[in-house]
Amino acid sequence: MNAMTPALSRSLLRRGAVAVAALAIFAAPACATTIERVVSPGGIEAWLVREPAVPLIAVNFAFVGGAAQDPAGKAGTASLVASLLDEGAGDFDSTTFHDRLERKAIELGFEAEHDTLRGSLRTLVENRDEAFDDLRLSLTAPRFDPPAVEIIRAQMLSVLRRSATSPTDIASRRWWDTAFAGHPYGRPVSGTLESVPGITIDDLKAYTGRVLARANLKVGIVGDIDAEAAKSMLDLVFGALPAQPELAPVATVAPQGLGQRITVKLDVPQTVITFGGAGIARKDPDFMAAYMVNQILGGGTFSSRLYREVREKRGLAYSVNDDLVLLDHAALFLGATATRGDRSGETVDLVEKEIRRLAEGGPTPEELTKAKAYLKAAFALNLDSSSKIAALLVQLQRDDLGIDYITRRSQLIDAVTLDDAKRVAKRLLDGGLLVTVVGRPEGIVSTSADFSAPAK
Amino acid sequence: MSKTLILLIALVGAAGVARAGAEPQVADFTLGNGLEVVVVPDHRAPVVTHMIWYKVGGADETPGKSGLAHFLEHLMFKGTAQNPGNRFSQEVAAIGGQENAFTTSDYTGFFQRVPREHLKEMMAFEADRITGLVLTDAVVRPELNVVLEEQNMRVANNPNGRLAEQMNAALYLNHPYGRPVIGWRSEIESLSRDEALAFYRRFYTPNNAIVVVAGDVTPEEVKADAEETYGKVAPRAEIVPRQRPREPVQEAPRTVTLADARVEQPSLTRFYLVPSRTTAKPGESAALEVLAHVLGGGANSRLYRTLVVEQGIALGAGAYYSDTALDYGKFGVYGAPKPGKTLHDVEAAIDAVLADVSEHGVTADELELAKNRLIADSIYAQDNQATLARLYGAALATGQTVDMVRNWPEAIRAVTADAVHQAARTWLDRRASVTGYLVNSLQSEEKHS
Repeated sequence: MNAMTPALSRSLLRRGAVAVAALAIFAAPACATTIERVVSPGGIEAWLVREPAVPLIAVNFAFVGGAAQDPAGKAGTASLVASLLDEGAGDFDSTTFHDRLERKAIELGFEAEHDTLRGSLRTLVENRDEAFDDLRLSLTAPRFDPPAVEIIRAQMLSVLRRSATSPTDIASRRWWDTAFAGHPYGRPVSGTLESVPGITIDDLKAYTGRVLARANLKVGIVGDIDAEAAKSMLDLVFGALPAQPELAPVATVAPQGLGQRITVKLDVPQTVITFGGAGIARKDPDFMAAYMVNQILGGGTFSSRLYREVREKRGLAYSVNDDLVLLDHAALFLGATATRGDRSGETVDLVEKEIRRLAEGGPTPEELTKAKAYLKAAFALNLDSSSKIAALLVQLQRDDLGIDYITRRSQLIDAVTLDDAKRVAKRLLDGGLLVTVVGRPEGIVSTSADFSAPAK
Repeated sequence: MSKTLILLIALVGAAGVARAGAEPQVADFTLGNGLEVVVVPDHRAPVVTHMIWYKVGGADETPGKSGLAHFLEHLMFKGTAQNPGNRFSQEVAAIGGQENAFTTSDYTGFFQRVPREHLKEMMAFEADRITGLVLTDAVVRPELNVVLEEQNMRVANNPNGRLAEQMNAALYLNHPYGRPVIGWRSEIESLSRDEALAFYRRFYTPNNAIVVVAGDVTPEEVKADAEETYGKVAPRAEIVPRQRPREPVQEAPRTVTLADARVEQPSLTRFYLVPSRTTAKPGESAALEVLAHVLGGGANSRLYRTLVVEQGIALGAGAYYSDTALDYGKFGVYGAPKPGKTLHDVEAAIDAVLADVSEHGVTADELELAKNRLIADSIYAQDNQATLARLYGAALATGQTVDMVRNWPEAIRAVTADAVHQAARTWLDRRASVTGYLVNSLQSEEKHS
């Protein structure tokens, strides 16, 4: 049904912002894996799943901070840092450092999100000492050599230029900067054409000095490594980082602009629609019920209400989905679809109608039963690689759910009653929608002045 | 543990580590009705990936009906007499499974990833829809609109997608790989239910399919389950070998320029017509793989180092080899100029790098590094059972054998510097290539030359 052309899959359609929530979505008793809590002599904690079956080790970690710690006017700092941590470290310039990684087939990558700066390492067991040492260097002695900085900066600007005329990116950006005007979440993680040129090497060094620390670090390790070796790795890699980060406080916010429809004209055959509203926080007692309601509305199966109404019955779109986005200081539900311009008004109306119908009537008993079954079983199925399991270990720690969460998860799902689901559907979906539409919208009354994308 | 794991250690050999000698326990057998089955054991989690691959794709369509193979793939989710409507998808969701489907020029595939105890049930559903599809206009019409929106998303809204479509049409002078898999929009619009059903009856038959099961299973249990489900489906069509029109000798380099006012970053891509793993002479495909890695695999490849790091004229540059196809492979090189530099600057620099490798070949160090990396990649692939299942399915659906997949690391290990040099000289031939420029306007200075 989802077809592809050269080689694709549905996951390609999921938007960047939504990735932030990915892990809240894991559910249900995992495989026969045991999570072990290890603490190094230096006091650094990690969660470990020992899996000797494949001669690999995957390490994932996150420093709380992310793009929300970008200095004012310097959006994109965390992203630039993330792209440069493997561009030269210690005595090795960029070319030499890449050569070290390449020779041992060590995969090292970093990424900034709103709330975290994340890293991942994957290595063959045989090369683990070199891999851990390269990781240590990248975190504790990144060079930020001017030539490497300018290469990466130019690449970032190129991506931003491209995204300036991409309907999908424009719709998403307009949504975020409206919902979070004046808040760090309103600034694009990857920065802007205005902010990125102004980021200095001193800004990059200051950022790593403030954010890469031990107290705001969560680590997950998966693979053929035992607890003792994991502990030495933790001290070796992270031990030289400062104990405490220096993080600017980030205010807790609710999305603004609910009830607005914003249109942006762009001459493209397909019109792109982003919609969303206030969500329910991970720690909220209603979270599980909200999670099911979202699944019923637009979760990732071929039987959600939006999928049925928008795609299957009317053929309005190839993709329509909705996700919970859980940030440290805000909660959202956020969805997207795309359709031809002359049916975009009809599509927006239909999405709003379906959201209202679920808010007012709640799910049916059958829908709730199915959503529970799906969410329980899908959890383990999603954990199909060492890196994904390592990412889960980090997320479980970030969410502070306890090391036994996986064993309790099914009970938490089963405990949600139909009355809970109905009440929470109203709470989640009745707060109004902010909708951004980019393309050749027809039949949509914009609540603000029409914008046009930058003309050439 | 399973022998698959031992293989992994064996593969590490080339990366300078001790070797154990063992083969992966991939089993391969054919049922009485001609259906081929491949089993890839992976016992790390109680999960299976179940896939069926039909040996039919966009290149098998009748001219004028482009997009039909892909449209049928969508329609395969519309239900059968035995499992009407979306019962199959409902069941996959009810057990927490994932599913999807895909189409290329050479094959059409469907898969589910489910808890292992549901494998046989998935097989029964999938066996049922080999021949049991029921289509009504009521479900076909909206689905055609879905496909048109998919075309909008992938191609019409996407300048890169439009350029790639034009480049393929120019690369293949005679072979149907020149048609987009999703179809030319004007032809998609007129596809009908009857045409989809005729295509279905002609190509969807057990003797034209491969089932791949990767996960927590043994070949014995898969065989028993397959006999009881798939084994009951009678072949309904005779399948003749796929003989598509061949390319004539290509004598003239082609260029294609796609202008779109939304293009903020010009770029160029060149495709060379090269052999695939299936059509290459022994050792040739592995040599092309090494060549692609030396030229364009990562930050220390020749193209990136020369254009981006040393000369500072490009934002990015690289190369790749698309090796899995029944008739032809494709060797791609690409680059994007830095502001102030032109596509011409970048193309001249790419040509110089290619000329150098054609003239002098690669160094021993480059060869070793590329081989180690490619062999390590095949170990990393073992970390994800769906990746492994796709690897085997795509290979078999394009005329390779299980042994060719199994021996791929050995083939890489055997590549010599001479073979890479020879591959560069033979296949980086401008006469058999198309170069595509993505620009803001046809008048723009960024245009080639």
